[in-house]
Amino acid sequence: MAAEREPPPLGDGKPTDFEELEDGEDLFTSTVSTLESSPSSPEPAGLAEDISTNSNGPKPAEVVLDDDREDLFAEATEEVSLDSPEREPILSSEPSPAVTPVTPTTLIAPRIESKSLSAPVIFDRSREEIEEEANGDVFDIEIGVSDPEKVGDGMNAYMAYRVTTKTSLSMFSKSEFSVKRRFSDFLGLHSKLASKYLHVGYIVPPAPEKSIVGMTKVKVGKEDSSSTEFVEKRRAALERYLQRTVKHPTLLQDPDLRQFLESSELPRAVNTQALSGAGILRMVNKAADAVNKMTIKMNESDAWFEEKQQQFENLDQQLRKLHASVEALVCHRKELSANTAAFAKSAAMLGNSEDHTALSRALSQLAEVEEKIDQLHQEQAFADFYMFSELLSDYIRLIAAVKGVFDHRMKCWQKWEDAQITLLKKRETEAKMMVANKPDKIQQAKNEIREWEAKVQQGERDFEQISKTIRKEVGRFEKERVKDFKTVIIKYLESLVQTQQQLIKYWEAFLPEAKAIA
Amino acid sequence: MEEHQEAGKEGKPSSTAVDLHGDSSLQVEISDAVSERDKVKFTVQTKSCLPHFAQTEFSVVRQHEEFIWLHDAYVENEEYAGLIIPPAPPRPDFEASREKLQKLGEGDSSITREEFAKMKQELEAEYLAIFKKTVAMHEVFLQRLAAHPTLRRDHNFFVFLEYGQDLSVRGKNRKELLGGFLRNIVKSADEALITGMSGLKEVDDFFEHERTFLLEYHTRIRDACLRADRVMHSHKCLADDYIPISAALSSLGTQEVNQLKTSFLKLAELFERLRKLEGRMASDEDLKLSDMLRYYMRDSQAAKDLLYRRLRALADYENANKALDKARTRNREVRTAESHQQLCCQRFERLSDSAKQELMDFKSRRVSSFRKNLIELAELELKHAKASTLLLRNTLVALKGEP
Repeated sequence: MAAEREPPPLGDGKPTDFEELEDGEDLFTSTVSTLESSPSSPEPAGLAEDISTNSNGPKPAEVVLDDDREDLFAEATEEVSLDSPEREPILSSEPSPAVTPVTPTTLIAPRIESKSLSAPVIFDRSREEIEEEANGDVFDIEIGVSDPEKVGDGMNAYMAYRVTTKTSLSMFSKSEFSVKRRFSDFLGLHSKLASKYLHVGYIVPPAPEKSIVGMTKVKVGKEDSSSTEFVEKRRAALERYLQRTVKHPTLLQDPDLRQFLESSELPRAVNTQALSGAGILRMVNKAADAVNKMTIKMNESDAWFEEKQQQFENLDQQLRKLHASVEALVCHRKELSANTAAFAKSAAMLGNSEDHTALSRALSQLAEVEEKIDQLHQEQAFADFYMFSELLSDYIRLIAAVKGVFDHRMKCWQKWEDAQITLLKKRETEAKMMVANKPDKIQQAKNEIREWEAKVQQGERDFEQISKTIRKEVGRFEKERVKDFKTVIIKYLESLVQTQQQLIKYWEAFLPEAKAIA
Repeated sequence: MEEHQEAGKEGKPSSTAVDLHGDSSLQVEISDAVSERDKVKFTVQTKSCLPHFAQTEFSVVRQHEEFIWLHDAYVENEEYAGLIIPPAPPRPDFEASREKLQKLGEGDSSITREEFAKMKQELEAEYLAIFKKTVAMHEVFLQRLAAHPTLRRDHNFFVFLEYGQDLSVRGKNRKELLGGFLRNIVKSADEALITGMSGLKEVDDFFEHERTFLLEYHTRIRDACLRADRVMHSHKCLADDYIPISAALSSLGTQEVNQLKTSFLKLAELFERLRKLEGRMASDEDLKLSDMLRYYMRDSQAAKDLLYRRLRALADYENANKALDKARTRNREVRTAESHQQLCCQRFERLSDSAKQELMDFKSRRVSSFRKNLIELAELELKHAKASTLLLRNTLVALKGEP
């Protein structure tokens, strides 16, 4: 369920909650100040609209659900205690208005200007916007990551990227804004989102991978083509990562995401470093998870989940195979480009030696053609990589996230199971106490039974909730995947057509030269 | 299979090298060839109305070593010192291809049966292409000899064409090979010495120009040939890469349950066809560019060898002059010295005259061959690029048209 925000402990939404925010953590100060400082800011009005929408149609059932979710999150902070001090204020001081309506579609303020924003090359959204507007699900936000800039010197240096947001969504205070972020900020964002949403069944897009080698080169200051390539690869990956994240209707509502996009200062996410305490804890948790996964034997009552898991497993394998082959293609095309350049040079030399004038000229022309073709090959290799290869590697990691979500469901089921077992034990204890006739112990047992009955109920509700969420998420994921692949495939084929057309141009220009050899 | 034969016809370097003046009194071709284990047997067929031959049409079976024997016989013959001896055909080399086929046979269990079949097909086509090339190279060697007014009349040539039995020419043994190697070193050293020698001035501007030209040209064309080979090799690797890509897309397509199914399957088909086009492009580049460069690398070496022989003759002439002067001063054996000097002079002049003609022929042969091949190369590249564009456009239309 694309439920978006947890209501504050005080319940229904009132504009007064904004004051509460002020008392909250510094994290929100800047956001709030932008809100206050822009008198003509559309947001409060929009929010007011949202509030009114909600007041017209909230359903009591939803409120209950939200409470449950809040509990879930409370538990979450216990289990995964990485950045808990930062998290609690986020959870507790939510601005209220985004209380969930039933349908995920009306979540964002329907008042959207019909701005036709130029979508970035890879994610062509125009048709999508129209489609979603038809559903009432308007999606009007565009993210760009650009201008990588080296900050600092030596081993403490890092690359800062400009993150530009263009949007007409009312939840943002401006329609166009940009901030500077570094790679660990992105990782920090992902870590926060993952810890909040993964274990309730949302497929959180994974962040780009770290690369010690790549970053060291940049830090050391090597200005060669491989480090420029590395930076470009990373920039593109970060852009795609953000694009995917904002496309997710639930994640879009997350305040951490908004803060990431909007606020000029961001607390440094040190917990993302591999060797930090949190990093090591992460590794330990991962290992523990792996062991647990092997020992959980779940009675799958719903064939859909088994089927889907198998499907994703197959998809994963096939994508990996394809990715490996495409990487080989990129490599060979780069080789071809280098060899063509070398040949062009030697053809030029040969042309110089040739003492027959017309032939000499033709050979020089041939050398020029080959040089241009070498450029073409290089460009095509880039297209091979950035369009085809990176798409595949993105999806290989996305599917890992999907698998993770399925695993969380299993864990959730396990918890429920365990609660049921414990309840049984407590009941046995009660019976024993009754036989032994120890009144105070009996009372204790009865209390425990009540406690565990609630936990069993909670466990069941959680399990059903996560199952429901996963179904929706998988549906959305598959839809996105189809769109993504189709768009990229078409773009890639168009790049191939472009290359061939250029080749035709070059050879057509050369042909008369060859014929002119007398 | 048809396309292989077609490739073979295009591939015959007879189109690259020789401007065979249509003299039909002696026609030679290799009508058949068989590859056995580690040797190739060529069937050399001759059609001739020349009185020398017993029949008008006859054929013999020859192996590579016998071609080499014939070539060496020409080179060692003083009569032909003033001519460019057509370069010997390279030894048939199927090693690389055979190795690849073997590796494929040993099996990589991760590839599907279809992939395996395609790769096998590719390798077999490669093997066949190499085979056709070696046949063509041997053929063009003979055809150039047959076309040359002087060389065609050589007795060894007749024997080669007509003698029904094995010529019992064993391959060069180690000593001979080494000897040949050393001889080459001595030759280049000699050449350098000769030109450095004071007193040996090149009298003829034409030859001076030709010498500098050929030295540089030969080095550069050898370079260009090597690099063209590398380009061709990369291109071939690229084409081969499409095989696993196509296979993976095909499996993806069969597994998908949504709209991506048709997209993936169409893409798989596209890559399969693109592979064939890329492969053909690679082999055309090989034939029209690499092979041509290679042939003229060898031919320019043969021209260089001619120049060397002439220079040696010039050196001999100079030496004879000196000897004559010495004899005259001492007044001893003047007559012998005189006649020796005259001989050297005649030889040198004979060589110079024929060399001039040969070198001019070489130039015109080279120019027309380059012209022909460059035009054909450009036309083929255009053809393939247009075919690829059409293929890609059709696929795009199909993909875009889907819901």
